[in-house]
Amino acid sequence: MSILELTALTRSFSELLAVDRLDLSIATGEMFGLLGPNGAGKSTTIKMLTTLLPPSGGSASVDGFDVVHRAQSVRRIIGYVPQMLSADGTLTGFENLMVFAKLYELPRADRKDRVSESLAFMGLADSADKPVRHYSGGMIRRLEIAQSMLHDPRVLFLDEPTVGLDPAARRAVWDLIGTLRARRGTTIVMTTHQMEEADLLCDRIAIMHRGRLVAQGTPSELKDSIGSDGASLDDVFIHYTGSNLDSGGTYRETRRARRSARRLS
Amino acid sequence: MKPEGLAARPADFPDAEGPAGRGALSGLFAYVARSFAIAGMEARKLLHDPTELLTRAVQPALWLLVFGQVFTRVRAIPTGNLRYIDFMAPGILSQSVLFIAIFYGIAVIWERDLGILHKFLVSPVPRSALVLGKALSAGIRGLTQAVIVYVLAVILGVRMDWNPLSLIGVLFVVMLGAGFFSTFSLLIACLVKTRERFMGIGQILTMPLFFASNAIYPIAMMPRWLQVVSRVNPLTYQVDALRGMMLAGGVSAYGLGFDIGILTLSTAVFIAIGAKVYPTITY
Repeated sequence: MSILELTALTRSFSELLAVDRLDLSIATGEMFGLLGPNGAGKSTTIKMLTTLLPPSGGSASVDGFDVVHRAQSVRRIIGYVPQMLSADGTLTGFENLMVFAKLYELPRADRKDRVSESLAFMGLADSADKPVRHYSGGMIRRLEIAQSMLHDPRVLFLDEPTVGLDPAARRAVWDLIGTLRARRGTTIVMTTHQMEEADLLCDRIAIMHRGRLVAQGTPSELKDSIGSDGASLDDVFIHYTGSNLDSGGTYRETRRARRSARRLS
Repeated sequence: MKPEGLAARPADFPDAEGPAGRGALSGLFAYVARSFAIAGMEARKLLHDPTELLTRAVQPALWLLVFGQVFTRVRAIPTGNLRYIDFMAPGILSQSVLFIAIFYGIAVIWERDLGILHKFLVSPVPRSALVLGKALSAGIRGLTQAVIVYVLAVILGVRMDWNPLSLIGVLFVVMLGAGFFSTFSLLIACLVKTRERFMGIGQILTMPLFFASNAIYPIAMMPRWLQVVSRVNPLTYQVDALRGMMLAGGVSAYGLGFDIGILTLSTAVFIAIGAKVYPTITY
């Protein structure tokens, strides 16, 4: 049973074709990785699936709801952790979650408990009342994931969830994603360009290059597909996206990626 | 799954924002509650870091203390039976609310750059409720300016109207004015998209909005063309309403009902436009 269905999904920005007729189907409960070099169209795809950006062509649906015509229904059942820093530094961790508990209309009587539980699960109970600007990068990421899961979404979108984190914090986030999935059976779609992360976490992977889908399959299928023994996902990535170094995204994207990396470290 | 109230809507009405399976009244309540949740969050941020409010007190203080006191002596500006300092106090309150509200777009761009905005936009909150929440937050900031200007006015001996109804009216008009200009600012932010461009435009806008109004001199003194500009400037109606309610013996030139009607209508129109434009800032 597929929960995400993308049919010829396309998005262009004036001259640039950011996503070019993307067809994908993601199964319920799957952990799906969207890979590709900077500027491949991963973030644009996620933006369309999360209703932030209307497609220029084609269609996509989440649990049967069209992302354009039934945007409100889609929004009720998805969670999203943007690549950039999205927690509010002047508010405490508790306050950050409480706003969204209200916006998602969790029952008034449960709100405080749900928020406290969620903070405890993320290992943030002791820092709940500290302003988020005093959190470490790893703590902020955990808080953001907590927030995106408050309303128990059916699909969770993680855009580069470990960008800018040190190895220990990265491991902590990986463990957490694994646990969340095991407990709630949430379908997770993540983008990354760390092959280790994709290999470790994802059931299935799609590789995008210049807006197009160039390969998809399980990590082992992909490794087998390039026909050299003992291939790593890095080899797969380079095989499908080429090794040309000038496809590294625009100035604006680079600036944003660096800035969020700096904030989180 | 919640029952879907949207199914009955025509399919050619994309992004329908009706509350799912709710009556009109509880839907309205939920809508307002979520706008308040946003405004409440902004109020908490102010409480955590109130330094901004203190620095915002400097400008109205200078205008009232320096400009106001000098021009009260000069008697260069005909203000009817009001002393000049009385005449300008509502103008300065409107100005300080305007200056706070018109740069509100910077915060919107900042939230977009960080990614905070994206999280609000993927939530099922109607876009207009998000914009209304922002307008209310600006209103709360505006209220702090009202407190500051009232304190200054009392110190300077401005003859104030302390009738509770008038006070409530003043607070309401201040919130309306802040809501209007902050939504205006949000629209500009959505159009220009970067902080650098926004700063330029903000600077260009504030001065004409302030000087082409009745804030510090009566419109009757102006050349004809400027009178026309002033009459379409919503700040004029904010100042006029405040002049009618803040001061002992103050009279509104256009009538309170008209002033408040104009402000409410223009704010509602801007919020409706804002609801359409706000999501495009993340593109």
